[in-house]
Amino acid sequence: MTTTTPATRYETVIGLETHVQLLTERKMFCDCSAAYADAPPNTHVCPVCMALPGVLPVMNRKAVEFTIMTGLALNCEIPPFAKFDRKNYPYPDLLKGYQISQFDMPSTQNGWVEVQVEGEEPRRVGITRAHLEEDTARLTHKEGADGESYSLIDMNRSGVPLMEVVTDPDMRSAEEAREYLLKLRQILRYMGVSNANMEEGNFRCDANISLRPVGSAEYGAKVEIKNMNSFSAVYNAIQYEVRRQTEELDAGRVIAQETRGWVEDVNEAFGSDFAKGSTVSQRSKEGAHDYRYFPEPDLPPLTVDLSYVEKIRAALPELPDAKRARFQSEFGLSLYDANLLVETRAKAAFFEEAVAAIEDPTDAGRLRFARLIANWMIGDFTRLLNANETELADSRVTPKRLYAMISLIEQGTITGASAKSVFEEVFRTGGDPAAIVKDLGLEQIGGSDEISQIVDKVIEANPKPVADYRAGKQEAVKFLVGMSMRETKGRANPATLTEILKQKLEA
Amino acid sequence: MKLEREAVTHIARLARVHLTDDEIDTYAGQLGDIIGHFDVLDGVNTDGIEPTTQALMLRNVMADDVAGPSLPRDVVLDLAPTTEDGYLRVRAVLE
Repeated sequence: MTTTTPATRYETVIGLETHVQLLTERKMFCDCSAAYADAPPNTHVCPVCMALPGVLPVMNRKAVEFTIMTGLALNCEIPPFAKFDRKNYPYPDLLKGYQISQFDMPSTQNGWVEVQVEGEEPRRVGITRAHLEEDTARLTHKEGADGESYSLIDMNRSGVPLMEVVTDPDMRSAEEAREYLLKLRQILRYMGVSNANMEEGNFRCDANISLRPVGSAEYGAKVEIKNMNSFSAVYNAIQYEVRRQTEELDAGRVIAQETRGWVEDVNEAFGSDFAKGSTVSQRSKEGAHDYRYFPEPDLPPLTVDLSYVEKIRAALPELPDAKRARFQSEFGLSLYDANLLVETRAKAAFFEEAVAAIEDPTDAGRLRFARLIANWMIGDFTRLLNANETELADSRVTPKRLYAMISLIEQGTITGASAKSVFEEVFRTGGDPAAIVKDLGLEQIGGSDEISQIVDKVIEANPKPVADYRAGKQEAVKFLVGMSMRETKGRANPATLTEILKQKLEA
Repeated sequence: MKLEREAVTHIARLARVHLTDDEIDTYAGQLGDIIGHFDVLDGVNTDGIEPTTQALMLRNVMADDVAGPSLPRDVVLDLAPTTEDGYLRVRAVLE
């Protein structure tokens, strides 16, 4: 009889809420600059975001547009009518005493995004909504000399446009949740609507996790996890929480509906299979909070007509999935390679520029060069970028230079072995590959006379391997080829060289 | 209709607004008039009319994404009862 593992007894149900700071110049409802990252506290503050009496908010057109763009990219409906509401709560991170948000009539809803965990089929994650609201002030909690605790408020972040993307409870594993977040970040960055950087705090994620017996249609009690500040934190926190809830259920206990915070490095409750960290209870959730939502009377509602939506749709950049599919069909790239090339918009643009430089007019030639460009980008180029901790955008290698270097290999001017040195030099200096080949004396040795002389020298200098080979030890030729290649500084065609060497040995 | 002075004082304290005795009298009258106006509104027949939260029927009032100046920090801090190192200081609030 087989034992039942937790994975087969319970099904994990995950929904994510992601808060995304939008890349606007101005705050959501006032003229203060939204670029507060390096500003001293309380220097991006005006009567509106400070909530002085009698002020009037005016919404940022760009933020509305960014939200609709995101909705379209996530296959959402864009309702013809949207409005803002006040979400009331007693916490001084917004001095108004409420947050302006969208409650029952958001700007986008009912979409989906496709995610794929490696080795599994792609799955759709439903998008409940992407709505627009404002970010809050930053609070720092302190304790005075007398032991009295207090909070310090910096209002710079207060009122920065914030988009909340809410998924349906459609994810079934920590891996899937991570893939979803990576996909969402990629799409947001492609469109340039957000930096979407978790560590910088402009891309923040809360997870709702519940377990239910396999086959059950009803959801279990939902636990909300907060304070996850990196992709690995999201992954580890979900893994931890699934394990915790499994043990609770197995022990016959009831899962409390509550909010828990992820705390890194606290203990290893479940042993070394799990990353250090725990989720810790923060507060119980007494059903839905009473936020006393009501329509924001200071903001006239939005009507969004179809022509406006279509104009925004037409201006969207080609998104990663579409680009990947096109790279596969147009250039015959594998799914894996195409995925690597569309990882960022800059990478994909580099590839496309290099491909546009191809001079070979035949289809076969074009495909061949495209694949070589992809191989160099994924291989040596990426390796050098990583080793030098450089971004593609800051690299000295241009798409035309990469293509020019590959052309030199294809024309037989340099060997594949020399190309590595040439490329490293292009990477270092940004110079013209043809000039670098000349400077470094790396032109391929064309004549077999020259190769012949070198081979003779190597045969003379290495009597032992030569004797071995002649005695029938085929392996010995490898050493002699290696020595000869070293003599030529990699400038000889290895196949030609090997052929000449064998002829001489067998003569 | 006139509001009780105590009610005005209470509202003023909630709004952190300091009022003189004369102002309390003035606002007691004005606030009373505003509240009294709801009696007038209550008398209007609204059968068959869609509820709205907007009186002006404006739509799509938006500003271009251009940042303007913020207040000087000392002005901001002067408005707060307590500050510390450029921050507003409040009593600890447990979420």
